[in-house]
Amino acid sequence: MSSSLRGATSIIGIGEAGIGRAAPGMTPLDLMGQAAAAASLDAGISLSEVDGLFSATSHYAMSSMEAAEYLGIRPRYSDSSNLGGASFVSHLLHAAMAIEAGLCTTALIIYGSTQLSDGGKLVTASAPNNYEVAYKPRYPVSMYAMAAARHMHEFGTQREQLAAVAVAARQWAILTPDAFRHDPLSVQDVLASRMISDPLTIADCCLVTDGAAAVLLTSTARARDMRQPLVPVLGVGEAHWHRNISQAPSLTTTAAVDSGFRAMQMAGISVGQVDVVELYDAFTINTILFLEDLGFCRKGEGGAFVENGRIAPGGQLPVNTNGGGLSYCHPGMYGLFLIIEAARQLRRQAGNRQQQSPNIALVHANGAVLSAQATAVLGTAATL
Amino acid sequence: MTLESEIKSPSEIYLSGISAGHVTYQHCDRCAHSIFYPRTICPNCGATELSWLVSAGRGVVYASTVIRKRDAPYSVALIDLDEGFRMMARLAPVTQMLIGARVRAEVDKASMQVTFVEDVVEA
Repeated sequence: MSSSLRGATSIIGIGEAGIGRAAPGMTPLDLMGQAAAAASLDAGISLSEVDGLFSATSHYAMSSMEAAEYLGIRPRYSDSSNLGGASFVSHLLHAAMAIEAGLCTTALIIYGSTQLSDGGKLVTASAPNNYEVAYKPRYPVSMYAMAAARHMHEFGTQREQLAAVAVAARQWAILTPDAFRHDPLSVQDVLASRMISDPLTIADCCLVTDGAAAVLLTSTARARDMRQPLVPVLGVGEAHWHRNISQAPSLTTTAAVDSGFRAMQMAGISVGQVDVVELYDAFTINTILFLEDLGFCRKGEGGAFVENGRIAPGGQLPVNTNGGGLSYCHPGMYGLFLIIEAARQLRRQAGNRQQQSPNIALVHANGAVLSAQATAVLGTAATL
Repeated sequence: MTLESEIKSPSEIYLSGISAGHVTYQHCDRCAHSIFYPRTICPNCGATELSWLVSAGRGVVYASTVIRKRDAPYSVALIDLDEGFRMMARLAPVTQMLIGARVRAEVDKASMQVTFVEDVVEA
């Protein structure tokens, strides 16, 4: 089944700001302003060309309105839909549809957070589920910890295999100048780290940082004349089966099986054609679950798959080439940063961590507690 | 045993059951699905004809974790009740409960929490 959306739009600008710890008093919108300026410079277009605005944040309920006001934009297409960390990959789909339908010409997808500077706790705007909050689980780590525990029970996955995910992420971060963590990390270091919610230690958990990101998207026809190498959006899919972990039909298979299938079907590719993977590693178990659910290995074999450097620099499958949420940055909702790193790789602008001639990048984002899943396939001019 | 109540909201009915020492859940009168958490519509078939039932409080540990707070650790788990629904609850004792273990509910009316303990099956 072909889709008129395949390759119809392309990423023309990317920008990041405030990664790590922002200056005192900076608001998420201040960082978003800086990220938008960086994306505008990267694309070589003025923000006055933006007529479609897509945003989700934890700090602002009406994110697209706040961002539009701050940036001086009056959009004719506005989207504040929120799927947690998966929002921004979902926004790629919405923006592609809006551009293809002629409802806007230039889309800005934008995010920002100052959660580290605000006190270091994960900020979430979500009303609690009283049937879970009553038991005081640590949100969200305890939910992912239960998924890890179930995976270990069903498939014999070991803590050493979870640790291998963290070690690989750190090795990629060491190659990435802007990454938050550059100190070496071994499997033994991870195993000896402070336990937060069994079986996850602090080293199995994503960072808590500030940060903002912005991505500009337009029709591929327009993008061909712009300054950056073409990064077409070939396919996007989304899915969710639950919001709260106690309602998840399974703690070992996620809706990524649906979102990945939909994205790859739209793109007309199979998983074997993927050159580089950027997936939402909020916790080490995520990488194992998503590599299984996206089809890189069979269900239950993710633990063995991530061992022995397979997903680390020099391994057979490059995963999270900037260090991911575990070692690059994690300002609350990481999804937009996945798109940016994939674009860098496809443009051949990834410095020391550049993979040789990648043409297909798979971007997979997760929202809330293994709840929302959104997958995108990005390509190059050669894939059109 | 069915509970009858004049209280209207699903959460109030559930909490009144907890106050009486019971774990309650809903049964869909149309498709026989067991429903938890309580709500106004069956998530399986969309029916609104729902009845309230009292669970026997017996089930199996589906997943668990130990939260390592500074003062005292505690276990949070997802329990699959024999009646066909899943709920989050506490586990006691803290470190010994394994996934797959048979457990039974103890309701603490003061804290309004349900804790599951090992269900020793008599021979």
